[in-house]
Amino acid sequence: MKESLLEILRCPLDKHELELEDAEYDGEEIVEGTLVCPECGERYPIEDGIPNLLPPDMREEAPA
Amino acid sequence: MDLREQRGETTDVYQPAEDSQLLADAVCDRVADGLVLEVGTGSGYVAGRIAEETNAQVVATDLNPHAVRQARDEGVEAIRADLVSPFANDSFDAVAFNPPYLPTDPDNEWDDWMERALSGGEDGRAVIDPFLETVGRVLAPDGVVYLLVSSLTGVDEVVERAGEHGFSAVAIAEESFPFETLTVLELVR
Repeated sequence: MKESLLEILRCPLDKHELELEDAEYDGEEIVEGTLVCPECGERYPIEDGIPNLLPPDMREEAPA
Repeated sequence: MDLREQRGETTDVYQPAEDSQLLADAVCDRVADGLVLEVGTGSGYVAGRIAEETNAQVVATDLNPHAVRQARDEGVEAIRADLVSPFANDSFDAVAFNPPYLPTDPDNEWDDWMERALSGGEDGRAVIDPFLETVGRVLAPDGVVYLLVSSLTGVDEVVERAGEHGFSAVAIAEESFPFETLTVLELVR
């Protein structure tokens, strides 16, 4: 994901702005890292350039 | 015969079909620029075409990890998300959605990703209704929603639901097939 995407990404639970932690870059792309909600403390992983912003209760229930 | 067999689908990601093409054509005809969201992008086809054929900046979401991977491999900015939940208020000039819309027997549901991409629950609106309820929040004040609807789901019912959430709807594209008519609705407030 591009860092500019942070401007419109919010915590899916409380719509608070997210903070980027432990970012690894490939050029302009953030390929790994964590998006953290400073309000509720929830953490959302960025893996292979794709942020996973599913609410925590939806991450596991989905089919494989 | 289940949905997957009816549609001849065997992969984990919904691949572009007539509905995807109708939606992409309609959006590309109307959107010039701005920031566009495609919800439930699947293969990334619609988002990719908008990025290619317009000056808009495009982001796309899907619930399905295989879909966001495929969309990203197509060069689309992909985010794993539930509908529009991880976006800021008033973010998008346009939102496009080809939802799962086939009415489905409840005993036959949520078995795999393909069924998830196709099934709209018993009335076909299990995903459309929450979308209509939430999309207004992330849409810019003069933003537009492009929603693909099938006659199997009921266009009038969807238009009525949209109205309940403050949208007026106009059909901007239509195509008939032996078992359904597909319509692209343009929703504005």
